[in-house]
Amino acid sequence: MIENVQVNARTSTRLLMLPGLLWLTALMIIPCALIFVLAFFERGIYGGVDWDAFTLENFARAADPLYASIIWDSARVAFIATVFALLIGYPAAYAIATAPERWQTALLFLAILPFWTNYLIRTYAWMVLLNPAGLINGTLKGAGIITQPLPLLYNEFAVILGLVYNYTPFVILAVYSSLQRLDPSYAEASRDLGASAATTFWRITLPLTAAGVAAGAVFVFVLSIGNFITPNLLGGKKFQMAGNLIYDQFLTARDWPFGATLSAILIALMMALLFAQAVIAGRARGDHAASH
Amino acid sequence: MKFKIFTTLAAILLSATSALADKVVVSNWDGYMPKDMAEKFKAATGLDLEVAVHATNEEIMGKVTASGGEGFDVLFVSSPFAEALHNLGLTATIDPTKIPNLKNLYPEATQLKHDTGNTFSVPYAWGTTGICYRSDLMAKAPESWNDLLNPADDAKGKTTMLATDRWLMSAAFLAGGMSVNTTDQAMLDKARDALAAAKKNLLAYDDTTFYSKLVSGEAVMTHAWDGWCNYGIAENDKIKYVVPKEGSDLWVDTMVITKAAKNPEGAAKFIDFVMSADNGKWVVENIMYKTPNKAGMDAIDKAMLDKYPNMAITPADLLKYEQLRDLGDGMKAFSKTVSEVMAAK
Repeated sequence: MIENVQVNARTSTRLLMLPGLLWLTALMIIPCALIFVLAFFERGIYGGVDWDAFTLENFARAADPLYASIIWDSARVAFIATVFALLIGYPAAYAIATAPERWQTALLFLAILPFWTNYLIRTYAWMVLLNPAGLINGTLKGAGIITQPLPLLYNEFAVILGLVYNYTPFVILAVYSSLQRLDPSYAEASRDLGASAATTFWRITLPLTAAGVAAGAVFVFVLSIGNFITPNLLGGKKFQMAGNLIYDQFLTARDWPFGATLSAILIALMMALLFAQAVIAGRARGDHAASH
Repeated sequence: MKFKIFTTLAAILLSATSALADKVVVSNWDGYMPKDMAEKFKAATGLDLEVAVHATNEEIMGKVTASGGEGFDVLFVSSPFAEALHNLGLTATIDPTKIPNLKNLYPEATQLKHDTGNTFSVPYAWGTTGICYRSDLMAKAPESWNDLLNPADDAKGKTTMLATDRWLMSAAFLAGGMSVNTTDQAMLDKARDALAAAKKNLLAYDDTTFYSKLVSGEAVMTHAWDGWCNYGIAENDKIKYVVPKEGSDLWVDTMVITKAAKNPEGAAKFIDFVMSADNGKWVVENIMYKTPNKAGMDAIDKAMLDKYPNMAITPADLLKYEQLRDLGDGMKAFSKTVSEVMAAK
């Protein structure tokens, strides 16, 4: 009888996993496999894929310092965006988590509210604000603070601003959820034992929310490095991210195999990062359990 | 009884396929033909028109090369893409007897280099790429591609260029007296250096909103397709268009019938309908491009020729410019050069 129940439970677990597995297979594993396979073939003379020519040439092409420098550059910008998103997102999440219970839902709701508007529209709104004849420059000029418009748009600054703006809510959500799981008695104990608020934060709160920080940081970094809309619109295409490079290979050069090669390299980098994040999360959880 | 069900089913299937054969499936850029085209076409021919939309040549190329052209009867593509589709064996041969309105074309429009004699493509719109600028905000009107690449002080930081690879590179090719279709490495390097230097004075690369940047004064000089400059001229008559003295490329947007077309007869009827004088006139008055459809050009309000300078360029003059051609194997070296320009600091 008991055995029966266990078997049933196992079957139902498997059944419950099925939709998720199908989803993952159809939309994640198969496309990734396609990208990986495509990377080993060559562009046909008129576009398309030449399935007769198995080759490693695309990887040799990708090793050109040009592409490494583009990926490095976008990693740099994605990193800067990540740091700012953390600097803004962590205090915000902390404030929300320590706010009175009844306010928390409303505050979280406000943090994710921008997602209700289309990404493109939000990006165009920034263009209206930042352009040389735009709202910010217009106001500053009108107030006599500046005579020449500040270069706020079509540069790296604008790209970073756009990325930070768009992805900070992910940090807030990730950090908030790990702050939620944090047992307040640890901090109380730390303070009872004479630690200052700063020490308590550095030694207790921050390490115990490292998993949330890592999750938020990886979110921002991964989404930033593959982004192509923000560099196109706010960067005026003058600044190229890895996402733009891949987009151009697929849609302009019609070189799907080379685009696939660059994607595969980027996916490998992302996997390494996600792995690092999992390790950090696991360690944070382990420490947590060990301290019990 | 069973037999009856079978025959009924067969009848339904048959009527379904015949309904399919009465339909013409077209893919075009959004807004590139009249919105009520389907109703007008149905009224004229009794055929249903199904319109799909593609944002770029590359997008429809992707769809068509993946499916072998299956699912579409007529495609609107720019000439290098028509040429690539033809080379891939995906286009059907144009039968002039089925498209009597081909007579509406200028004689020059049958002499296009990518398809002399219109054997697989029918030209729909054509024109030049040049400089669109604010005559009231520039001390000296630009007249050379070098004025765009090395702008005068009053245009520094207020210039945009097209980012679409072929046109971006053409600006430097034409400035240096090179062919717009070269894939010679030394020429590519020369163009790259010129474009990387030009980038320093650029406000942005912009393919879609440059004319509104001119209207707002955000930009004073932009690299532009002639028809798009007209959208700016329509809003502000201080905006002018010039084909630089070194010349332009000649771009041609065409219609092709796919080899896999389910309804090749209907496809020919559709192209014939599009080639009518009325539809040609619509192209000019609404998209503000020139059309190789002479009957259509003859039907437009002559005031347009004065207001929009590109309209007055004669077909004979257009044919003096080199057409963009498919680069074939040269595309790899070409696209690497474009990436170098886009990554330049």
